[in-house]
Parts: sequence; structure tokens; C-alpha cells
Amino acid sequence: MSSVVLQISCVAGLLGIAVLAIILSRAKTSTTIIYCATTAVSLVALFGSIRFLVGEAPNPSGLVLPVGLPWLGAHFRLDALASFFLVVVNLGGASASLYGLGYGHHDPAPHRVLPFFPAFLAGMNLVVLADDAFSYLLCWEFMSLASWALVMAHHRESGNAKAGYVYLVMASFGTLALLLAFGLLAGPTGDYGFAAIRAARHTPYVATLVLILMLLGAGSKAGLVPLHVWLPLAHPAAPSHVSALMSGVMTKVAIYGFIRVIFDLLGQPIWPASVVVLFLGGITAVMGILYALMEKDLKRLLAYSTIENIGVIFASLGLALAFQANGQKLAAALAFTAALFHVLNHSFFKSLLFFGAGAVLTATGERDMDKLGGLIHRMPFTSFVVLVGCVAISALPPFNGFVSEWLMFQAVLQSPELPQWALKIMVPAVGALLALAAALAAACFVKAFGVTFLGRPRSTAAETAHEVDRYSLSAMIILAALCLLAGILPGLVIDALAPITIDILGGRMPIQANEPWLSIAPIAESRSSYNGLLVMIFITLSASLSVFVIHRFASHAVRRGPAWGCGFSDPTPAAQYSAGSFAQPIRRVFGTLVFRARDHVDMPAPGDVRPARFRIELHDLVWEGIYLPIVGAVGFSSDRLNRLQFLTIRRYLSLVFATLVTLLLVLAIWS
Amino acid sequence: MVVISDIIVLGVQMLLVLLLAPLLTGFVRKIKARLVRRQGASVFQPYRDLLRLLRKEVVLAENTSWLFRVTPYVTFAAIWVAAALVPTFATGLLFNWTADLIAIVALLGSARFFLALAGMDVGTSFGGIGSSREVMIAALAEPAMLLVFFCIALVAGSTQLSTVANFMGSSYVGLRVSLGMAVIALIMVALAENARIPVDNPTTHLELTMVHEAMVLEYSGRHLAMIEFGAFLKLLLYISLIACVFLPWKIALFGTGPLAYAVGAGAYVVKLAAAGFFLALFETATAKMRVFRIPQFLGAALMLGLLGTLLLFVSRSF
Repeated sequence: MSSVVLQISCVAGLLGIAVLAIILSRAKTSTTIIYCATTAVSLVALFGSIRFLVGEAPNPSGLVLPVGLPWLGAHFRLDALASFFLVVVNLGGASASLYGLGYGHHDPAPHRVLPFFPAFLAGMNLVVLADDAFSYLLCWEFMSLASWALVMAHHRESGNAKAGYVYLVMASFGTLALLLAFGLLAGPTGDYGFAAIRAARHTPYVATLVLILMLLGAGSKAGLVPLHVWLPLAHPAAPSHVSALMSGVMTKVAIYGFIRVIFDLLGQPIWPASVVVLFLGGITAVMGILYALMEKDLKRLLAYSTIENIGVIFASLGLALAFQANGQKLAAALAFTAALFHVLNHSFFKSLLFFGAGAVLTATGERDMDKLGGLIHRMPFTSFVVLVGCVAISALPPFNGFVSEWLMFQAVLQSPELPQWALKIMVPAVGALLALAAALAAACFVKAFGVTFLGRPRSTAAETAHEVDRYSLSAMIILAALCLLAGILPGLVIDALAPITIDILGGRMPIQANEPWLSIAPIAESRSSYNGLLVMIFITLSASLSVFVIHRFASHAVRRGPAWGCGFSDPTPAAQYSAGSFAQPIRRVFGTLVFRARDHVDMPAPGDVRPARFRIELHDLVWEGIYLPIVGAVGFSSDRLNRLQFLTIRRYLSLVFATLVTLLLVLAIWS
Repeated sequence: MVVISDIIVLGVQMLLVLLLAPLLTGFVRKIKARLVRRQGASVFQPYRDLLRLLRKEVVLAENTSWLFRVTPYVTFAAIWVAAALVPTFATGLLFNWTADLIAIVALLGSARFFLALAGMDVGTSFGGIGSSREVMIAALAEPAMLLVFFCIALVAGSTQLSTVANFMGSSYVGLRVSLGMAVIALIMVALAENARIPVDNPTTHLELTMVHEAMVLEYSGRHLAMIEFGAFLKLLLYISLIACVFLPWKIALFGTGPLAYAVGAGAYVVKLAAAGFFLALFETATAKMRVFRIPQFLGAALMLGLLGTLLLFVSRSF
């Protein structure tokens, strides 16, 4: 069976499971059956796509199904780029299904989740496989609607209805932009097949318009600032394993769309395009993580951190565009590999962290970090794997997040070779922004882990929490292991990505398997190299050595005592550092500019016994500056237009007459 | 044979940094004491402190978890590995290519990440205040540091420390304004990263004014010894880094034999002593700044790094 047929049959299997879920909706065992089935199908699809990607010389294979537009049919095609994104989608799908086996049993309304979950997975697979504009858009809408249904699964909880509405509006807006982009690409001949679009030559004018439309369409799905507003509302509203899929995988499908159109279909890029992408990427990275730092809801924090990672990926893609536009294949391949590597990494650790947040939610019923704390004592396994995820997402060695950031900085260091002055100056500045984002990410995840899992419990729910079930745990452990493996064996991943860069850019990074000791060297070893495996071994060895020496020669005595409170220990756990107080220094530094943050202190006069109050005022300037005016304008004009509904019949008739005359006049003047 | 001698050189380097680190801190303290006309403790006092701490029992706060007990070893190991990868007296050591400048700094980031978590583990306000301020300083220092590295990489064409040291040691670097700016920026960042005056005061005794010390307030006994040792090593590491990049004077090239290594080691000790002296002089002459003045201090470092990079571009094109 050819690879593309295998993938399409897996998609058919997923759609079949969705139908089965509707039939079984009220059965008690439905949760187990459905998640078992999706795990199995996702694993088959995963191994199929891995085999295709790392097998010798992945040849694109296509398939035309007689559905869709009658003269076009539905084209599907599997090439190296698609197979890589299928790996991301199906790995996320398999781990989310495995997690769902345990987590799904806590769902109050499983029949609102089960049919849409496999449909959502099928939709994401189909978008990646689609090979003509019509099927692409159709599958894109299918994916959006399925995920919207999952966002609305718990529609009675406060805020979820608004989240669903905002998501729907933004998704429709994004699809509209994509529709226009594909319309431009198809050109006057109107051939919607990707092969024809690729073969056609596009004028710079069309290319610029398509870039803008793709940034709007794919960018709104991926969460580029300022189109990100739906993301922190919708992702946390869904059940946690769906949040993991939406954050870790669906945003990547949007990035796939961007890469497919801008790098593959449009052909040779022009350098000003890279300036826009770089700028948006850098701003998105910093803004996303600053929003995350201000957040005290664990799942919303994770959603905002997704925005940061999307920014990092877009910045790398912008670098790749800049190098590609100047014909520097090696540097372009380096930046592009960094972007794809980060796509893979982010799908690992973001899924892991959302699973962890789901585990916390199951154990305590809380998402508010200020009501958690001390969970490391009660949920030892969960807290360990979440710690791995936090270290990985903070881009710290020897885990995987560091490798992709390191590759990206190596690409940034190539920028002096660029001939354009704008890029020469801009790339180091974006590099500094990305370094800032990485450091702020570390701060953010110290806060997320520290407030949630460390310290003393801040509520009874946190005090009485229990470890979660073994399915959830095993899904998290697998992802944590993958984070470590990708971090210490990055050469394997980079080599596996080489067919894609050859396909898309026509160049590749040096073969990493030839480097001694499994280290990676993007350009040459004398220039820069990194070896995650040795760093890991060195740290383990020196830590074990110091533990051995200390335990051999130092005192063994340990005593437990009360913590030092400077002479005044406050026994209430509320006196600990909370999410808001941890963010205070960074709020002081960046907040006044980015959020117009203000601290209001209400201190009673001496002798007054009423409690002192402290309030933080934050403004989401994107929401208030862009979206609220639009909402206001729409509301205003619909109020005005509303009058048209209450006219007398004579006025309606004269209105119709006037319209007719005007249109005829316009026609007459036009021609 | 070559491999064995390489391993010996590497082992010597790892032991050397371990042995010299407390001495450097003791030396800085001694000079500071002498500058304010105090007798000061012996330069060997840090060794005695470490041994004394090792003999003492550990008092753990009631709420602490395994993370709190693991952190001292993890941070120490990460800093030690980072210190062993910086060329001190010789370039081209066996594992120098394991990590470049960026990776070495990221290793220190890992150490800081765990220390900040340990500060949060106790569940008191002091740990939290220390952790939150420490991560703020790190967040501001990191972009500045990247721009400095950018500037260095632009001149030397590499981020690999051995290559950089070899290049900077060669005659055709000359004096460059950009490198001057980069070295000032890197020193400012190093002061912040090592919790030295004017950013933080390593000898303060008031909990609310400390950053780094507040974070590790609950540590005692052997755990505190490891953390103190890590801090000594980190100071040595940054001085080695600055010396190796900007002053690779007499640093032994790869495979030049024992005599060159001995000369390199001698020169290294001299460099450490000089850096320690200037550090003490600077710390005595300045006062600690308020916490929320630090962004301006590190912002200046960032701007110096950026200016250095831009100047390089300009000077190249004309």
C-alpha cells in the first residue's frame, strides 16, 4: 500500500470512529473504546509517516479522490514536508488519546467530546495531506469547526461561550483571508491544484498580497500578535487533552499552511517579505511571554506561552526567508531546520505541560495558581514530568528546547553575510528580542512550576490532592522522555529534516551523523558545535561525583525545623509568594509600557483596623486598542442599520426604487 | 597517547578551577578588607568555611521537597561543567567543542533555574522575593549577553571559545572600538550575573536587600557548602571567560607541550589576581543600587552591545 493511501485510510478510520462515537454516545464504555481506537489509528499513521520521512529518498506520492469540485476532484499528496507535519499531528494525537483514556473518565459530558475528538484529528491530518486549494480550505474549515465544538464542550462554564464566539469569528476571518490568498494564487486560469500553482509564475505584487493574506489567515490560527486574542480564551476552555492538541498541534498545522504557501507554492521569495515576518515573530515572542508572566490561570499561561513559541518559529522562518531570498542555501537550511525542530519540540513539551495542567485540574479542580501549591508532595510523578517540561520549554540544556533555540541563534549569527542593510541591523535586534523571550520564558516557568507545585498548599483542594491515573501518567512520561531524547540526540532529528530542506529550499545542513560523538555542528566545528549527550553525561558524572564525595566525607545529620521567617513567621499559606507577586519585578520593568500596569495600594491610616488592599490594574492594549474599536464600530453601524427594519411599505418601495436607479446609473457611467 | 594526555590536561583544568575558585573569592574579600583598612580574614578563609559547613548538620525547613535537596548538586554540577568547558590556561581541550559560548551561558541558566525553584520550595516570602528578582535580572542580562556574543562572533567568526581565543591571540585583531564596548558590556553583565555590587551585595545581612542570598536563605550545612562553592566557581568562570575572549595573553595553544601549559597556568593565575583586584577596587568604590535601577544598568549593557555590533558593520563597509 502506498504511503498516501495508508494515511488517507487512517483518516477514514478516524472519521469512522467519530461516527461510532455518535452511535455509542450514551454507552458507559464509550470513552475507553473511542480513545483506544484513536490511539491505535494515530499510532499507525505516526509510524507510516515516520517510515516515509526517514526511509530512503522520500518520493512524493499523490492520490486523487472523486469528491469535491466535479472538474477538480480531491487531490492528496504526501511529500517530506507533509510527512513531518503528519508526525507532529499523529504523535500529538496518539499521546492525547492515551491521556484521554484516563482523563476522559472525569469528563461530565463525554458525548460532547467523543465524536469531535477523532473528527478533529482527521481534520488536521487532511489539511496536511491536501494538494489542491479547494480541499485545503474545506479541510481547514472542518478542522476549525471540530475544534470549535470541542471548545464548546463545557459550554455552561462561565466564559466558555464567549471563548467559542471569539474563536468562531477569528476562524472565519482567517479562512476568508486564506480563501482570498488561494484565489490570487490560482490566478485568472483558476487552476486550484497545488502542482499548477507551483508551476505558475507569480508577480511580486501578487506575492506580496499573498504574504499579507497568509500572515492574516495562517497567523490568526497560529496566534501571531495582534491576531492572537482568541487563543488564550479558546485553548484553555477545551478539555485538557484537546487544549494540548490545539496548542501543541493545531497551531503547527497553521504553520504548515504558511510554509506550504510562502516557501513552496510562491517560489523564490523577495527579501522585504522576511523583514515583515521577522518583525512579527520577534514581537509575538516577547508579547506572548509577557502576557504569560502576568497570568495566574495555569492553562491560560500555557496558551500565552504557545504564542511566544509561535513567535520564535515565525522569526526562524523569517530568517530562512531572508537567506533564501539572497540565495544563501546553507544558512537558509539552518534557519528552516531550527524552525521545524522547534515545531517538533514545542509539540512535545506543550502537550506535556497541558497534560500536567489537566492532571492538576483533575486532582484539585483548580486552574488558578493562587489556590494551588505544594503539589510536589502529593503528586510526585506528575510534578517530576512537568518539571522536565518546564526545563525543556525554558530552553535549558540538555533538553530539546535549547537545541532549537541554539540552532536559531546560530542562524542569527549568519546575518552579517546578508547584503541588505535593513536585514543586517534588524536580525541582531530580533536575536536580542528572542534572547529576551527565552529568558522571560525561564522566569515564567519558574513561576508556573514554583507556584503550582512548590511551597505550601494554598487551599484544601491542593492539600488533599492525589496522584492521577496511570494512563495520563504514561502519556506524560513518554513525552518527557521524548523531550530528553530530542535534546541529547539532536543530530538524528536534524538529519531526518534534511529531505524537507532539500525539497523546499534546495539546500541542506551538513550531515550530522558524520560528526564525532553525536555532536551537532551547523556550519563547521571550528565555528560552533554543541553536544547534548556529552553535556548530559558530564552533568550526571559531576553531580554523582559531588554527591559521592559529600556523602563520603560530610556530616550526614539532617534535622527538620521551621522555616526562617525573620522573627515573624506568618502561618497562613496566603503569605507565600503568589503568581502576581512573583511577576511583580518584571511587571515593574516591562508592564508600564506594555500593559499600562498600575499598582493601587489602599493602606488604612494607623489605628484603623480595616484590612489594607492591593490591586493591580492591567490593560490588554491589543484588545482595547484594536478589537474594542472594531466591535464598537460594528455595533454602532448595526444600530443605525437596525432602523431599516421598521419602515413602512411605501418607504421600502421607494428605497428599492432608489437602489435600482442608483445601480443602473452606476452601470451606465461605468460602461 | 594523545588522548591520554588530553584527558590529563582536562582533568588538571577541572581540578584547577575547583581549587582556585575559593581562593579567588578569598583574595577579593581580603583586598576589599585592606582597602577599607581592615585586617580581613585570611585568603584561605573560604576553604575553611566550606569545610566547616560540610561538618555541620543540615536543617531543612518543614515543607521542603526532594527538589530542595537535589538542587545544590545539580547547580554545582552544571556550573562545574560550564567552568571546565571554558579555556583557562590552554585552548583546544579535549571537550571544548562540546559547548560553545551560548551553550555555556545556557548551562549557567539551568543552574539558576533550579536555584530559583528551590527558593520557591520553602513557602516563605524571602525565597520568593529572591527568586523573582533573580529571574528578572537574568531576563535583562541575557539579551545584553547575546549581543556581546554577536559582536565577538562577528569579529572572530565563531562562537567556539577555543577558536575565539586563538583568533584574539593572533596579531591581526588590533584595537577595535567595538571590542571595547563589548568588554564593558560583558563586565556589566558579569557583575549582575554574579550578584556583585552594584547589582546585589554578597555580604549583606538584611534579608530584604538581598537577591541571591535571599533565594538560598534556607540552605544550611553541606547543601549550603555546595551552593557557596557553585557561586565561587561562577565568579571564576566569568573572569576566565572575559580573560579568554579579550585577553588570551600567554594562553597555551593546543598541543604545545607541558612548558607552554605551565606558562599558561601561571599567566592565568596572574589574570585572575588582576581581575580580582580590580573587582575589589570597583566594589569598594561604588554603592549598591536600588533594585529597580538594575534595568537601566543592564539596558546600558544592551545598548553597548548593540552599538558595538553596529559599529562593526559600519567599519566593515567603509
